[in-house]
Amino acid sequence: MPRAFTPKVITANALLEGDVVYLTEDDRWSRDLSEAELLTDEAVAEARLIDASRRQSEIVGAYLADMAPGGTGPEPTHFREEFRRTGPSNYHHGKQAEDLSRT
Amino acid sequence: MYRYNDFDTAFLAERNDQFRQQVARRIDGSLTEDEFRPLRLMNGLYLQLHAYMLRVAIPYGTLRSAQMRQLAFIADKWDKGYGHFTTRQNIQYNWPKLPDVPDILDALAEVQLHAIQTSGNTIRNVTADHFAGAAADEIADPRPVAELLRQWSTDHPEFQFLPRKFKFAVTGSPNDRAVTKAHDIGVRMIRNDKGEPGYEVLVGGGLGRTPMIGKVIRDFLPPEDLLPYMEAIVSVYNLIGRRDNKYKARIKITVHETGLDTFREKVEARFAELKPAFSGVDQDLLREIEGHFAPPAFRNAPTDAYEAEREANPAFRAWADVNLAAHRAEGYAIVTVSLKKHGATPGDATSDQMRVLADLAERYGHDELRISHEQNVILPHVHKSDLPAIYAALREADLATANVGLISDIIACPGMDYCALATARSIPVAQEIAERFEELKLEHDVGPLKLKISGCINACGHHHVGHIGILGLDRAGVENYQITLGGDGTEEATIGQRTGPGFAYDEITDAIERIVRAYLELREDPEETFLMAYRRLGMDPFKAALYDEAGKAKAHAA
Repeated sequence: MPRAFTPKVITANALLEGDVVYLTEDDRWSRDLSEAELLTDEAVAEARLIDASRRQSEIVGAYLADMAPGGTGPEPTHFREEFRRTGPSNYHHGKQAEDLSRT
Repeated sequence: MYRYNDFDTAFLAERNDQFRQQVARRIDGSLTEDEFRPLRLMNGLYLQLHAYMLRVAIPYGTLRSAQMRQLAFIADKWDKGYGHFTTRQNIQYNWPKLPDVPDILDALAEVQLHAIQTSGNTIRNVTADHFAGAAADEIADPRPVAELLRQWSTDHPEFQFLPRKFKFAVTGSPNDRAVTKAHDIGVRMIRNDKGEPGYEVLVGGGLGRTPMIGKVIRDFLPPEDLLPYMEAIVSVYNLIGRRDNKYKARIKITVHETGLDTFREKVEARFAELKPAFSGVDQDLLREIEGHFAPPAFRNAPTDAYEAEREANPAFRAWADVNLAAHRAEGYAIVTVSLKKHGATPGDATSDQMRVLADLAERYGHDELRISHEQNVILPHVHKSDLPAIYAALREADLATANVGLISDIIACPGMDYCALATARSIPVAQEIAERFEELKLEHDVGPLKLKISGCINACGHHHVGHIGILGLDRAGVENYQITLGGDGTEEATIGQRTGPGFAYDEITDAIERIVRAYLELREDPEETFLMAYRRLGMDPFKAALYDEAGKAKAHAA
């Protein structure tokens, strides 16, 4: 039996800054996970990933990351994605220190 | 210290110009990431979890003050005002932006530094004893040999696409501070029975998922055979090293699977072919390089000021007792500046701290600085009468932590706070352990103890050779930390043994405390170090301190 599909978002790093970014429903790259499109259908997710991966002049290394639905948008289910959305734990650098409204 | 000639300068300028154009082509869309990636990696530019990371080579860990100041300038102008010194004597910038990297490389070139071959399946930065040229126990300064190897391996056309990365370490002392036995090739400068200089060559050492201690492939190599023999080893590996499986591609696996004797035969055969091609020009070059590393003019002066300060200032005395090492010149000392302040990130220095270190090196230290694989900074040549002034300046810069060689002098890889390969965090674990032992005021009583933490199986934090090693793993989506004991990175290199099941993130500090308390109870006297006690007693008493009778981790510190 193939494993049931778990909800995912498309994430990558921004080409110029390297920042973690997420694909939104309206095809923007947002730095804010809560704006990410939560994909619940496997076929749709794979098709969206192929399209996203073509946007080579904007991002690097797009992939599908497991998320769970939450009150304010997708929430990480693994600690690696939790660090990616926040920034390092030893300094207040990265996303946690930046204005999330910038996309 | 080596200074570039016109060839070096022109080569670097050309490489940097090429990379500038490659970056421009990536940004304007003419290059895809698949096309660009090998090009950026050749120039030390990684993409990590949150940002790009630029790894700058510090050849054999040696820097001049002007170079350190430039590293500080780069940290301020293009990064976040700090740099991270690594276990391979490099510096990493964690936040460069892609369009700025060509400018950063040009700024590095101004002070004869670069990031070439700090990544990729090439011969990486050649490391050496960080006390080179200063240590009292030294037979010969390893840095000219390391520089010769650097020049030979940089852009070596045959060795740009090896099966896997390849690391050299060189030591000129019988007491191995360069971990030569855990390198693909370790070169030990020795003398034979007749007192002639030469090299003992080790091959196939390495840590990572399959840790192995290097094996002696030649017990005495005459000086003039060094480069052809190195070329023979790498050449044989290049042909028979496995390219089908990344995890079996390092030379340690090649030597293990081929057998040392068969591997040696192949190397000797290749050496016989290569040797005639080396006309001796390499030896002329080595002589010239040796001239760059002439020892400084040491002065003969009284050390009364040092002795007086020791008497007057207990904090200075505590620092001097652990942070100084014996220098070969009378009246001199080697100063290790700890980048391991309790609770700070191991190996990080702010730009202000870098400038203070540069100023001290210029004023008191014959303009020399070293970066150790243990992630500290060294002033190798300091007259003892200058130590009180140096200590005062270090205190001012928050750099006077007296913990070198103690439990809080932790090696830690960046772990999952930065690294895309990591399976768990290492930095916060190091921070918490250091703070715990500072609170307990126990570490000076515990004495020499090397604690090393890696955030994944690749072992950048050298956990296998820590007296206590910690390996962070992802166990079913949760961070889990395995402990090894009894590892040793010296000339008696030993791989540590696992204690048993791992510990959760919030249990690991307690577990380490239990091990240390068990040691304090078990040691015969304070002269018996942790490693000596472990060797005498074995694993069992430490296991008993960690686990209950059912073999489960004990939950709280005893």
